[in-house]
Amino acid sequence: MLKVKSVHTYYGNIHALKGVSLHVRPGETVALIGANGAGKSTIVNTICGQIKPLKGRIEFQGQPIEGLAPEEIVRRGIALVPEGRQIFATLTVESNLEMGGFVHRNNHRQVREDMTRMYDRFPILRQRSRQLAGTLSGGEQQMLAISRALMSRPQLLVLDEPSMGLAPLIVREIFSIIEELRREGRTILLIEQNARAALQIADRGYVLETGKVVLQGEGNTLLEHREVQRAYLGKGAGQIVDA
Amino acid sequence: MPIWEPDKECMSRDELQQFQLERLQATLNRVYRNVSFYRRRFKECDFHPENDLTELKDLQRLPFTTSLDVSDSYPYDMFAVPLREVVRVHSSSGTMTNPRVVGYTRQDLRTWSSLVARILSAGGVTQDDVIQVAFAYGLMTGGLGIHYGAERIGASVLPTSVGRTERQVKIMQDFRSTVLVSTPSYALVIADKLDEMKVDPKRLSLRYCICAGEPWTEDMRREIEERLYVKVTDNYGISEVMGPGVAGECLEQNGMHIQEDQFHAEIIDPGTGRILEPGEEGELVITTLTKEAFPVIRYRTGDLCRILTEPCPCGRTFHRIGRILRRCDDVVVIKGINIIPERIGDILEQIKGERPVYQLVAVRDGHKDQLEIRVEVTEQFFYDKMREQRTLVDGMRTKVANFIGITPRIKLVEKGSLVRQDGVVRLFVDCRNPVR
Repeated sequence: MLKVKSVHTYYGNIHALKGVSLHVRPGETVALIGANGAGKSTIVNTICGQIKPLKGRIEFQGQPIEGLAPEEIVRRGIALVPEGRQIFATLTVESNLEMGGFVHRNNHRQVREDMTRMYDRFPILRQRSRQLAGTLSGGEQQMLAISRALMSRPQLLVLDEPSMGLAPLIVREIFSIIEELRREGRTILLIEQNARAALQIADRGYVLETGKVVLQGEGNTLLEHREVQRAYLGKGAGQIVDA
Repeated sequence: MPIWEPDKECMSRDELQQFQLERLQATLNRVYRNVSFYRRRFKECDFHPENDLTELKDLQRLPFTTSLDVSDSYPYDMFAVPLREVVRVHSSSGTMTNPRVVGYTRQDLRTWSSLVARILSAGGVTQDDVIQVAFAYGLMTGGLGIHYGAERIGASVLPTSVGRTERQVKIMQDFRSTVLVSTPSYALVIADKLDEMKVDPKRLSLRYCICAGEPWTEDMRREIEERLYVKVTDNYGISEVMGPGVAGECLEQNGMHIQEDQFHAEIIDPGTGRILEPGEEGELVITTLTKEAFPVIRYRTGDLCRILTEPCPCGRTFHRIGRILRRCDDVVVIKGINIIPERIGDILEQIKGERPVYQLVAVRDGHKDQLEIRVEVTEQFFYDKMREQRTLVDGMRTKVANFIGITPRIKLVEKGSLVRQDGVVRLFVDCRNPVR
């Protein structure tokens, strides 16, 4: 469905992505993990059209999409749940959802139906539908951000750090939502610092380090990988001391 | 026959290429970071994985890795992970000054087992089978490699290892083995033993025979099939790359599927290093795509074969390699042991302090391969007394046997009797059935 081939992206002089390749198959959940500054968000921004790659190709459903405008990419079927949620705080919950359905604005009925579906999925949003989005809790805002992305009826859902800044209990809830989306057969690219949680629900994963992919494999395989455990799960260091 | 990992073995070529590119990038990034040998090599040709690998074919810019490179990094210099993460070490049968040592992480072993499970499944093995593994167990990869894959499938594994043929037959009868894994010549040795012991092969439970470990022929396949009443498949492995499981034949019996999600294969002209087209005969060069402890980049296997790209009726999309035709370097494979004829001269030289004129001959007695060493007699190697002469020959035999692991037959021949080509004696002559 999505194919990224040897992409190089620069922020000014900083070579942020150094030949990254990855792909997501239909119905798959793929996790992208890595430390701060490894280039995770740069990949998201490159895929979603906020930054143009200097080299390399990005194909979505067989069509090249690198260099397209972000709104065109949404129209092609990629929806982003951005880092830090970035909901429209001064608009109501309902308006936020409407904004998510922007590409379908001419099909009013579909937008209403989808909105009902979102409210059924997250009843708390229905309760708060008239409230300003900025007054929601962190977890509720994340639910809203996910719902807003789903309103565009995407083929591929890209989640950028959905657990960031949330309390552990809420993080668990968010991951169970992602898990549910996965079970529904949706195609998901999940960018996370929380390597353990991400790899637990992912079919496959990529480990990014200073703009390069250094490991890739099935989710549970990576979870057990010594390097991943040491670098991202805080395991293994003790064994060195013991030895 | 069921396909062990259909999502991998039958993926579209397009998807496979994406997989190969991603994995190659990760592998090159890792060897560049972790293995000084590769970092040096890459720098020498000004190749930086992060900038210079855009497509699979960019791999062609990198130099080949040879068996000598591996020997020279004895024992651990080419490992890409600290030894702490290595859970298994194997060593090749090579008779170089230094053997070629390879390591495996826990994940490598998992991958290896599933690759062997794939080739065994392709050869007909299921969890209901009783599989007799008559490959050598030990430092060489054959025995344990097959063993773990067979366990992964869930078959009942009999680790009989090689030799003691009479016992092999008894086990085969009493334990009702349904699959035999062995070298093709040993399968025929077993067939001979059955005749000798007057055991009717039809009364055995054998159904399949999985063969590897030495160059063999279609005629041998037919003979094994007719005499043991089994279906025989070929497979290919090499320790430096993984061990068994690199490529394996399906029941179509028309070439071995290379596990292309794990290995990238090229065929080159062994003389010039030029890359050849599919179908052309040349040396097989392999790059590992996921190996952690011992990745190899463009490793020259020394084995001559051709890549077959026509689709296979079995549904697997991986390309196949045809039968291994022969070796393209001076390595001689006898009974699955790699021998370099030059090294035998080194050993013979140690005995009398003089390098004799000699020649290695591979012969096939019935179905047993034998190594014969013909040594020309000189003053140094000649005694009037029979007894002293015997001692010398025995000494040579033991010394060589200790070094290479198989016992040769030593034959003293008259001075000047070995055939010379341009005044030089050919160090190796193969008198077994010519391949092809």
